[in-house]
Amino acid sequence: MKWETVIGLEVHTQLATKSKIFSGSSTAFGAAPNTQASAVDIALPGVLPVLNRGAVECAIKFGLAIGATLNRVNVFDRKSYFYPDLPKGYQISQLAKPIVEGGALNIVVGDTERTINLTRAHMEEDAGKSLHEDFHGMTGIDLNRAGTPLLEIVSEPEMRSSAEAVAYARALHTLVTWIGICDGNMQEGSFRVDANVSVRPAGQAELGTRREIKNLNSFRFLQQAIDYEVRWQIETLEDGGRIEQATVLFDPDRGETRMMRSKEEAHDYRYFPYPDLLPVKLDEEWIEAVRATLPELPVAMQARFQHDYGVSPYDAAVLTGSRALADYFETAAQACGQGKLAANWVMGELSAALNKAELDIAQSPVSAAHLGALIARIQDGTLSGKLARQVFEGLWEGAGEVDAIIEARGLKQMSDAGELEKIIDAVLAANPKSVEEFRSGKEKAFNALVGQVMKASRGKANPAQVNELMKTRLQ
Amino acid sequence: MPEPSLSTLAAQLASKQISSRELAQAYLDRIATLNPAINAFITVDAEKTLLEAAAADALIAAGQAGPLTGVPIAHKDIFCTDGWLTTCGSKMLHNFVAPYDAHVIQRFKAAGMPSLGKTNMDEFAMGSSNETSYFGAVKNPWNPAYVPGGSSGGAAACVAARMAPAATGTDTGGSIRQPAALCGITGLKPTYGLVSRFGMIAFASSLDQAGPMAPSAEDCALLLNVMTGFDPNDSTSLDREKEDYTRDQDKPLAGLRVGLPREFFAEGLNNEVASAVEAAVTELKKLGATTVDISLANSQLAIPVYYVLAPAEASSNLSRFDGVRYGYRAPEYGNLDDMYSKTRAQGFGAEVKRRILIGAYVLSHGYYDAYYLQAQKIRRLIADDFSEAFKVCDVILGPTAPGTAFKLGEKSGDPVEMYLNDLYTIPANLAGLPGMSLPCGFDAQGLPIGLQLVGNYFSEAKMLNVAHQYQRATDWHMRLPPLGEASGVRGEG
Repeated sequence: MKWETVIGLEVHTQLATKSKIFSGSSTAFGAAPNTQASAVDIALPGVLPVLNRGAVECAIKFGLAIGATLNRVNVFDRKSYFYPDLPKGYQISQLAKPIVEGGALNIVVGDTERTINLTRAHMEEDAGKSLHEDFHGMTGIDLNRAGTPLLEIVSEPEMRSSAEAVAYARALHTLVTWIGICDGNMQEGSFRVDANVSVRPAGQAELGTRREIKNLNSFRFLQQAIDYEVRWQIETLEDGGRIEQATVLFDPDRGETRMMRSKEEAHDYRYFPYPDLLPVKLDEEWIEAVRATLPELPVAMQARFQHDYGVSPYDAAVLTGSRALADYFETAAQACGQGKLAANWVMGELSAALNKAELDIAQSPVSAAHLGALIARIQDGTLSGKLARQVFEGLWEGAGEVDAIIEARGLKQMSDAGELEKIIDAVLAANPKSVEEFRSGKEKAFNALVGQVMKASRGKANPAQVNELMKTRLQ
Repeated sequence: MPEPSLSTLAAQLASKQISSRELAQAYLDRIATLNPAINAFITVDAEKTLLEAAAADALIAAGQAGPLTGVPIAHKDIFCTDGWLTTCGSKMLHNFVAPYDAHVIQRFKAAGMPSLGKTNMDEFAMGSSNETSYFGAVKNPWNPAYVPGGSSGGAAACVAARMAPAATGTDTGGSIRQPAALCGITGLKPTYGLVSRFGMIAFASSLDQAGPMAPSAEDCALLLNVMTGFDPNDSTSLDREKEDYTRDQDKPLAGLRVGLPREFFAEGLNNEVASAVEAAVTELKKLGATTVDISLANSQLAIPVYYVLAPAEASSNLSRFDGVRYGYRAPEYGNLDDMYSKTRAQGFGAEVKRRILIGAYVLSHGYYDAYYLQAQKIRRLIADDFSEAFKVCDVILGPTAPGTAFKLGEKSGDPVEMYLNDLYTIPANLAGLPGMSLPCGFDAQGLPIGLQLVGNYFSEAKMLNVAHQYQRATDWHMRLPPLGEASGVRGEG
């Protein structure tokens, strides 16, 4: 039987506010345990929450960026369950009236572009952390993270493969970091993914029973966990078994998902509207003020890159993989006036070097202005592609400005016809056999001769010019 | 021993006839004498009180005194008070020393009013008799075999016995007004949002409101001036201009329209209470008021609505008492679930557990719509009834409680019987309206009877005007309980 996979994602993004969503405590990562936990965060008797406007503005930005409906009145609820790192015994979240509803995100898998619809996004607070190691059979509680603002972003179950799920998660990651509402740091838990996965016979309209894989903190684990889960569900069904609704965890060491709790063990969260917090009201003035702070969005920038710099749709998508990358490209492209060439360099030489050094674009030792200057020297014929790579190495090492490196390392392309002719004549004289072969119709021999000229010039000869001159000589 | 009127005390302090330390010491002495029998206080700390009084004296000496600087006050043990044990009447918090001050406490401290201690209360403010306190029942000063009402029973009793010239209370369904009525003092529950709830241990957040308790309306007005004001730490706190609640108290009552809700004078009301309230109406008419017959039909549903909504919020508010971070933790347990269940089984009393169970039930999956949502709809209807009524009257008048104080143990076995005591007070909480109780007579056994006024939103000054004029014409609020020669307190100046 042919099976279809159905995936919906719930992503918890930590909002990049300085203070917590309902208290003035810092949200900075990595402080000593419980040093960023105020009376409100540890839920002392009598304390009350006060909403951080900054968190609401992050949510507004997101809603605007995905073309969603912003609920002009949205409401916080209490979601009750007992756990030691949940100080109040309930989490402040939004159930019936979330701030954001609807909206969509475009994803590209291979050559196919798809639109994934979003269900909703709501504000909530994070819980603290339970530390099960180092306490000799006891559990340590760190409440620094308790009250950190989150935006939980829920997609429709519209993804049909792990590749689509990863593409969606990546697109979402790009967007939330792009608009500056999340630092995107997956290791520190700023972007955590839950995947709802089910399978059904191809062509069946009704959804299969889903299992939710919790807390995936890398794109690789997301892919592995879904692939395992899909295989497991299909095998279970083909063996005549049934899928029970459940929450599961992914074990990256074993590459398996395992049961956390069944539907029967699921909590009754006893949601009800938060009586200590007023409904959040968004007026047009506030929304427009927030809209004015939004940067140009990836989709708009892709269209503009194609139009302004003549890059392909694929290149435009790659170049807008992050705002830093897009800004880098645009700075370099403007510096040299050569969009396509700049795109090739950014996606080729530069990306390779950054990958090899495990650096982010923001940490690039070669600035966009320097890369632009380098490309300008290719364009004006000063450098060949090969020489340019040598200059690039110099820039990477921090050897100075482009022209200084060309000068210091003697990398200027040899374009003086007289000089080149001298070398060509020498090469032709030294390789009569190749000359013979060329004249008898072997085109390859021509390339061999050009190669000899390049070698003799120690790579500095202008290849196009050598071609020209060589042709004239051999006619 | 001092005259109890706050303005008189303030005048004596200002003219240096008496120091705040002397005044505080006099009350501390009286507490030492009377409290063992009445049990109005959970915590008394003479050293802290006298330090605060000395600071008040310094303010007075420096000419920086406010209207009530140096006048001591007792605080309900529901307000977190920095450095003081703050128990909320529960074993769960029997060892909890608050590390911060509630907004109300901050305001009284800023006004230079020393704290005489923390008053007894029903556990987590759940009760109408003060019998649910982990620290033992409070006795009614008018007759120690009777309850003082609740949940602010310690506050009412300590004021009635003049162990304090004034006290703070909180009112979720009548917890200021009903004990004020049963102890023969004056108490006011302000409009919801007028007094910050920050630092006040939550029972039912959408209903809880702090207010003053004192012998007279004039005292309450002065205390309200201290307590109210916007607090950014409470999102439901109202950002309004400061008012002087004494400003209208001397206005004549000519033209006042008093609404008499027929449902409040119907079946279930004790005859003696009815007579006393009717006599008060006659008194107000003499002062120039007219009466209007009104109906608050949906108020008859107030008790069932309240016992859905208040427990729902309480079940959630009390989730934080889990033995993890502070307060009581069961001494022995197996795993985490066992720690939770033993801690909460041992730390909470029966009434609190009953309400947590009711609350968890009405919020649970499949029941939410039938109970919680339905109750919210009726709550709206109850509020609408009041809005209609205030189109034809300025203030609503009725009994505070259906009867006078009952005997200790008389109703503690029957929760529903106990709940009915708040029949007339709960509607104002559901609507968020201000309400107050003031003494209007005594029954044949010599137990006080309370008269309730309910006003429109923010009409506290008007209510205090009515109450003050009534108290100028009567002396019910001046009567003192028969506490024996040892008391040595003069009731009148």
